[in-house]
Amino acid sequence: MESTIIKSRNFNASFGSNHVVKNVNIDIPRNHIIAVMGPSGCGKTTYLRCINRMHELIPGATSSGEMDLNGEDVYQMHPIFVRLKIGMVFQRPNPFPNLSIYDNVIAGYKLNGIKLPKAERDRIVEQSLTKVALWKEVKDSLNKKGSFLSGGQQQRLCIARTVAMEPEVILFDEPTSALDPISTSTVEELFHELKANYTLIIVTHNMQQAARVSDKTAFFFLGELVEYDETKIMFTNPKDNRTQNYITGRFS
Amino acid sequence: MNIDSVKFRLGKNRGFQILIYVLAFACVVPLLAILLFIIKAGITKINWHFLVNIPKPVGETGGGIANALVGSIIIILVASVIAIPIGILAGVYLSENRKSKLAYWTRLSTDILQGVPSIVIGIVAYFWLVKPLRGFSALSGSVALAIMMLPIVVRSTEETLKLLPPSLKEAALALGMPFHRVIFKVVIPVGIGGILSGVMLSIARITGETAPLLFTAFGNPYLSFKLTKPMQSLPLLIFNYATSPYNDWHDLAWGASLILLVWVIFLNIFTKIITRKWKVQL
Repeated sequence: MESTIIKSRNFNASFGSNHVVKNVNIDIPRNHIIAVMGPSGCGKTTYLRCINRMHELIPGATSSGEMDLNGEDVYQMHPIFVRLKIGMVFQRPNPFPNLSIYDNVIAGYKLNGIKLPKAERDRIVEQSLTKVALWKEVKDSLNKKGSFLSGGQQQRLCIARTVAMEPEVILFDEPTSALDPISTSTVEELFHELKANYTLIIVTHNMQQAARVSDKTAFFFLGELVEYDETKIMFTNPKDNRTQNYITGRFS
Repeated sequence: MNIDSVKFRLGKNRGFQILIYVLAFACVVPLLAILLFIIKAGITKINWHFLVNIPKPVGETGGGIANALVGSIIIILVASVIAIPIGILAGVYLSENRKSKLAYWTRLSTDILQGVPSIVIGIVAYFWLVKPLRGFSALSGSVALAIMMLPIVVRSTEETLKLLPPSLKEAALALGMPFHRVIFKVVIPVGIGGILSGVMLSIARITGETAPLLFTAFGNPYLSFKLTKPMQSLPLLIFNYATSPYNDWHDLAWGASLILLVWVIFLNIFTKIITRKWKVQL
């Protein structure tokens, strides 16, 4: 029996009068990879940003309904605790340009003013960079600025930075759409490694990517969650016509 | 299309290019003229003695501008201490809250403040501080200069931070950082080059201000370190001594002008270096 980590009930989100996420109900199981796909403007990114309460930072953005993490409503918790438990990786790699690679990895501790002994810091940095398969590439240049890395390396650095905080869930907002194919496949391989310890929710434009990496897939269309099922079933035998049309490329 | 008309147009083009070169050079001429003139008049007056001594009374030769140099540094330091934190934080507010009512009024006020004549600011400082405290003081001069610095610091901070990508702040917020840490640990450090260049320019701007100091810091022929007492400064010394009838004092004023000019030029060069060196590669 798999346990649910994120649970949404009647969840809605809007920008002003623009209703972008409509009445979403979803149960996300622990240690799984969930792909969220759908055409542009379908509300998938907005839904993702509601999970760790990044949505509300945009002026005029509102949300309602239930969003639980381990049975506790994240909208009753302080956003800072929510974001410590639910990490996020963005569409474009965004390492802190003023920090070294080393400091970027422990940025969550360093910039939050959490003091750690040097040995502990070194351990976290090595462990996190190893988890994202970046350690071998950067271990001799840990003091260089993060922005000197290639795009794919920067994105893995951003994943390492998130992993270092030991969250329970990691949200990926189209994490490979700014990367070249080789970096994309490196990042995709990473997802499988990370699954053991984290729950991954990945928003993607790319259907092949959803099919390749995920255990379950959610299909959003015009703000509604149309269908949510095992990825295999979604891509071979979708129940809803709209899902069928989307994956056969009738619209995008 | 015959060859002559093409040639004619090429000739016109040439003429236009030359015009641009000449006008660009024309912008350099005033600075060069001022520099040459002040250097010629002031360079012979400057020596170690000139920098470490205070002016001699009328009739005695020699004397220096140590009191004005020290006074200028103190007054500007205090003004900076007042204006820089307020200016940077107000700039942060403006870049964070672009559309709020307060932002609108703050922006409007800083724009207008930038255009307020410096003598008016001096008069206001006089009524605010000099009169209630019953005496001219370096502090009141610093406040007047701080008011002049504010708009430059505020707007340059705002413009710098506006250019930072929103993804930078999101990265920090997604790591669970509270707002004040996002500002102090990420936003300001990344924008520090631009913010500092604004600060330096504002210091360069107030270094030569005479009018706000006339009825605040007032001037002082002796070396003084007291913020509550009148204090000499370079522009005040130049103003007072250049308008005096004594040749020795004219010499002091020439020397002080050169020092002031060199100071401002160095600040500007320094600003350029800082902006280049501390620019964070995004």
